[in-house]
Amino acid sequence: MGHAANHKALIWKVFGILSVITIVEVALGIVKPDFLFTTQFLGTSLLNLLFLILTIVKAYYIVWYFMHIADEKKNFKYSIVIPLLILIPYLATLLIIEGGYVHEVLAPYINWNY
Amino acid sequence: MGANIADQSEGKAWDGGSAQPMGASYGKMMMWFFIVSDALTFSGFLAAYGLTRFKFIDVWPIADEVFTHFPFMHGAHAPMYYVALMTFILIFSSVTMVLAVDAGHNMNKKKVTFYMFLTIIGGIIFVGSQAWEWKNFIQGSYGAVQLKDGKIVQFAENGHQIALADFVQAQPKEEVTHTRHNGLWFESGDEVPSFTVEEVVASFKANPHVDLRIEKIDPVTKKKIIVSREEGLKFLEQAARVVEGANLEVNEYGSSQFADFFFFITGFHGFHVFSGIVLNIIIFFNVIIGTYEKRGHYEMVEKVGLYWHFVDLVWVFVFTFFYLV
Repeated sequence: MGHAANHKALIWKVFGILSVITIVEVALGIVKPDFLFTTQFLGTSLLNLLFLILTIVKAYYIVWYFMHIADEKKNFKYSIVIPLLILIPYLATLLIIEGGYVHEVLAPYINWNY
Repeated sequence: MGANIADQSEGKAWDGGSAQPMGASYGKMMMWFFIVSDALTFSGFLAAYGLTRFKFIDVWPIADEVFTHFPFMHGAHAPMYYVALMTFILIFSSVTMVLAVDAGHNMNKKKVTFYMFLTIIGGIIFVGSQAWEWKNFIQGSYGAVQLKDGKIVQFAENGHQIALADFVQAQPKEEVTHTRHNGLWFESGDEVPSFTVEEVVASFKANPHVDLRIEKIDPVTKKKIIVSREEGLKFLEQAARVVEGANLEVNEYGSSQFADFFFFITGFHGFHVFSGIVLNIIIFFNVIIGTYEKRGHYEMVEKVGLYWHFVDLVWVFVFTFFYLV
C-alpha cells in the first residue's frame, strides 16, 4: 500500500511541475522581458530558446512519469527514445536552416514601396 | 481461435513462445511504436511550419495579436489566457488518466471507472475549446484590406490596431450574401464583406487619425510597422478586396500560410483528441462491464492511456510553436 501512495504522490508532483512550467511560459509570453525578447542568439531570441527548453522539460516529465517509460526495460526505453532524439532535431535543424536561406534570397525581391 | 489465444497470453508471453521481447507485451510495444511513428508525423508538420515561418520571418503574424479572445469577456484583450486554460485542461485529463492506470494496477474497478470518466470529460471540454478557438479565428476580429499583390494591410489608431467597423462609414447597398433561404435554386455565392473597398478607402481619407499597418515587422521593436499617412494612401491605391477573418485562402492577420498551418496542425491534433475520446469511451464501457476484471489485469487502460498522454505531449509542442514562440 505504501508503494501505491508513493505513486500517487509522484503523479501530483509531476502535475505541479507541469503546471508551474506552463504558468511561467504564459507569464513570460505576456510580459516578454526586453532583455530576453530582443537578444538574438542562434537565429532567434533568447526568449524563444527558453520556451523551447521549457517545452522539452515538459515533454520529459510527460514521457518519463505519465507514460511510465522510466519503468520499462532499458533496451525498450532506448529503442523508443533514441530514434526520436536523433531524427526530430535533424529534420528540424535542416528545414529551419533552409527556411532562413530561402528568406535571405527571397526577401529583397518583395516590394514595400508603392 | 487466434484472438482467444492472444487474449489469454496478453501481458504474459507472445503467441507461440514463452519469450517476451524487451519485457513488454505485444499490445503495449505496438502502441509505443505507433506513437514513435505518429510523433515523427507531427514533427514533420511542425518542422514544415518552422521552414515556412523562417521563410517569411519578417512578415509572419504575431500570435498574441491573433488569439486574444476569452469566453464571456467580449472585446477583452486576453492574449494566451484561453489557450493556457486549454493546456491545463489537457494536462489535467492526463493526470486523471494516469490515476486510472494506477487504480488499474490495484484492481480497483470503481476508481478506474471514475478516473476514466473524468478523462473523457476533460477531452470533450478540450475539443469544444478548440472548436471555439477556430470559430474566433475564422470570424476574425478586426478586418483588413488585401492589396493586388496579396499583401494584407490593417488599420491602427495611436499605435493600436482598430477594426474596420471602428472607422468605416458604410453606404446603404443592395448586395447581400446569397444564402439557401433566398433562392429556389441555390448556387453558393461569395460572401459579401461588411464594407466595400471604396468605403474603406474613403473613410481612411476622411479620418486623419487612422494609420495603416503593414505586415512587415520592425526588426528592432519586433512590432508590425505603421506607415505614414501619405504612404498609407499609396498602399491603398493598390487595394483589391476587404478581408474579414481567416480561411485556407486568405487571412486578415497576414500570411495565409499561417492560417493553413494553424488549421491543418491543430485540426490534425484535434482529430487525435477526438479518436482518443472514442477509444477512452470504448475502454470505459469495457471497464464498467467488467472485461478487465475478468481478464485479471487492466493493461488495456494502460495502452489507451499511452495514446492519451501522447496527445497531451503533442499539444505541449503545438502550444509552444503556435502561441509562444
